[in-house]
Amino acid sequence: MAESEVLLEVKDLKKWFPIKAGFFKHTVGYVYAVDGISFQIKRGQTMGLVGESGCGKSTTGRTILRLLERTDGQVIFDGQDLNDLSKEELRRIRPRIQIVFQDPYSSLSPRLPVGEIIGEAVREHGIVPEEEFDDYITRVMEVCGLPPYYKDRYPHEFSGGQRQRICIARALALSPDFIVCDEPVSALDVSIQAQIINLLKKLQKDYGLTYLFISHDLSVVEHISDTVGVMYLGNMVEFAETDEIFANPLHPYTKALFSAIPVPDPDVKIDRVILPGSIPSPANPPKGCKFHTRCEKCMAACTVKAPEWQEVEPGHWCACHLYNMDALTPEEKEPAMSDEAKDT
Amino acid sequence: MAENTKNGSKKKGASYLSARESRRITKYNRRVTKRLEKQRADANKDENLYTTKMKDEGNVVEFDNVCTYFFTDAGTVKAVDGVTFNVPKCSTVGVVGESGCGKSVTSLSLMQLLQRPQGQVVGGEIRFNKDDGTAYNIVNTPNEIMEKIRGNRISMIFQEPMTSLNPVFRIGAQVDEVLKLHNPDWTEEQIKERTLEMLDMVGIANKEGVYKMYPHELSGGMRQRVMIAIALACSPTLIIADEPTTALDVTIQAQILDLLQNLKDRLQSSIMLITHDLGVVAGMADYVVVMYAGRVIEKGTADDIFHHPSHPYTIGLMRSKPVVGKKVEELYNIPGSVPNPVDMPNYCYYKDRCEMHCDRCSGDYPPEIRISDTHVVSCWRYFDEGEVLGYPKSVNVEDL
Repeated sequence: MAESEVLLEVKDLKKWFPIKAGFFKHTVGYVYAVDGISFQIKRGQTMGLVGESGCGKSTTGRTILRLLERTDGQVIFDGQDLNDLSKEELRRIRPRIQIVFQDPYSSLSPRLPVGEIIGEAVREHGIVPEEEFDDYITRVMEVCGLPPYYKDRYPHEFSGGQRQRICIARALALSPDFIVCDEPVSALDVSIQAQIINLLKKLQKDYGLTYLFISHDLSVVEHISDTVGVMYLGNMVEFAETDEIFANPLHPYTKALFSAIPVPDPDVKIDRVILPGSIPSPANPPKGCKFHTRCEKCMAACTVKAPEWQEVEPGHWCACHLYNMDALTPEEKEPAMSDEAKDT
Repeated sequence: MAENTKNGSKKKGASYLSARESRRITKYNRRVTKRLEKQRADANKDENLYTTKMKDEGNVVEFDNVCTYFFTDAGTVKAVDGVTFNVPKCSTVGVVGESGCGKSVTSLSLMQLLQRPQGQVVGGEIRFNKDDGTAYNIVNTPNEIMEKIRGNRISMIFQEPMTSLNPVFRIGAQVDEVLKLHNPDWTEEQIKERTLEMLDMVGIANKEGVYKMYPHELSGGMRQRVMIAIALACSPTLIIADEPTTALDVTIQAQILDLLQNLKDRLQSSIMLITHDLGVVAGMADYVVVMYAGRVIEKGTADDIFHHPSHPYTIGLMRSKPVVGKKVEELYNIPGSVPNPVDMPNYCYYKDRCEMHCDRCSGDYPPEIRISDTHVVSCWRYFDEGEVLGYPKSVNVEDL
């Protein structure tokens, strides 16, 4: 099979968490954590996924890996739909898709020495013959900047940055094609952040890795990603190449989000778009466009009709009625007073 | 790699304690803390010992060579070791540094909220302006007076709005409490009126509703607003904001910072903004203090620090943060990590990670050097260029 350019394709992925209530625990509603998102990641590239907490970034990452079962939609990895795979087939594909978690303090077993943490899955999947095992682990650790004598130490002896290196080594040891990085640097100090980001970039160059980089730190995402997707309340609102999206954000939410980034220069006074209110509950999302309660450009149509996910410019996707004005009737274009975010 | 190896083995050596050594430390700690507590009790009785004069009446708080040590079972941790800086009236001072550099301990020392008896201010003065020509020396101030200052003259906004509100009391009751405590002659109606005014001031539209709500009914941003309302209820002269936006999202962070800035101007207070985010400091602060391993390594106006960063650590910190709109192929990373706080080197603490170090750096810890009217830096590289202001004075633990 010829290798296609796209490594991972997500089509209309949905993940709803049921809300159970009552004695018989019947389902009374759903938390629409991920509500129909689509994107593609090309081989060897990094896609950044940004958004506020609770918008479904991490759920997306976990659903792709089948750590959570999807509700609907497709995740196509290297030509195969991950959701169609049987248990055995899934086991065989697992080494190729790995994850690095946010909190390096809680994602390492405190009872295993570092060598064992990194090597457990290597042994399980038979990546290398038993007699080469030790050398292999040493090599992986060296690649991640960990001296080999750390092998017999336990996670509590390490600082946050070192632990994150161990997490990365654990993922890398299975020689994956694709790694989901779920906020890998947000628990770390600035100077350590830089070390980890540089390490991730170096590994990508050396091994041709593909990343899905989930983060709420926009400056980090801009630095590491080739493409960026912006999520709001379970939906993707904008997707484009990094340079394009930062230079020319289309969706009002993206604009507000980007203008809120603090710039380390006292002379730069940005015209901040300060969003009123806070993110609504994903269990009871607003009708129409989910963002209309906080949007300053809200129109009548936004309160009833959900905008379509469309390619506004080549390679630049956006879901907003503002870029589909032709389809609206004049009444629908009337500015609507967004019901002033209720709690503010 | 070689350096890593060296650090690694050193670390193991430092963290290993024999039973005898451990007993010695515990015994010593008990003796020292007992004596310090006694000294403190004596000082509390004497008004002359806790009243002093400000060096400059234009400041709200002056930290003068403050040393805060923790007597732990692993040895004495010099969390803050000779910190000197001022907070002028009606201005924002940003205190920047990585975790563990002593920025929070500095603010806790000012509030007398240190975990005693292990945590002690062992040296220096913290002068808090009384606005009548005299000042309190917070280090020796008795608790009765501190209770009147805390929440009234100096108040604090903590990092985690989720954990700093009491989950079993209504929002109204929690804001009322501060007012009741510091204004005993107010009536219930007056207090409620002021509380609602405060909730309104911090941008809560549904103030009557929120007054009756419990903290779990509010989002993170709203809780932080309530925390700000509590902190500002008595119109304090100094607000300590300890990482006020770290737990919040970017868009909410922008709202909260905007709010803090506005309220500061309205109440004519000063803000001591503690954070590790250089971007937040740049947008808010008039003055910036950069701390590293318990010491101030550079201080100056925001303009000095961001346009002419001089200490190698500040320069490294700036270069290691990706900035939107500035493309770099690879981020600069500061090699190594912060030295072990129990076992600090006797030369410049940053030397082992510094790429610009010279022969002099292996000598004493560098003095504070004034390189412009407002800009002070602790680095040997500027020794010949500026006026030497003095060395940070550490307290010898053996003498205590």
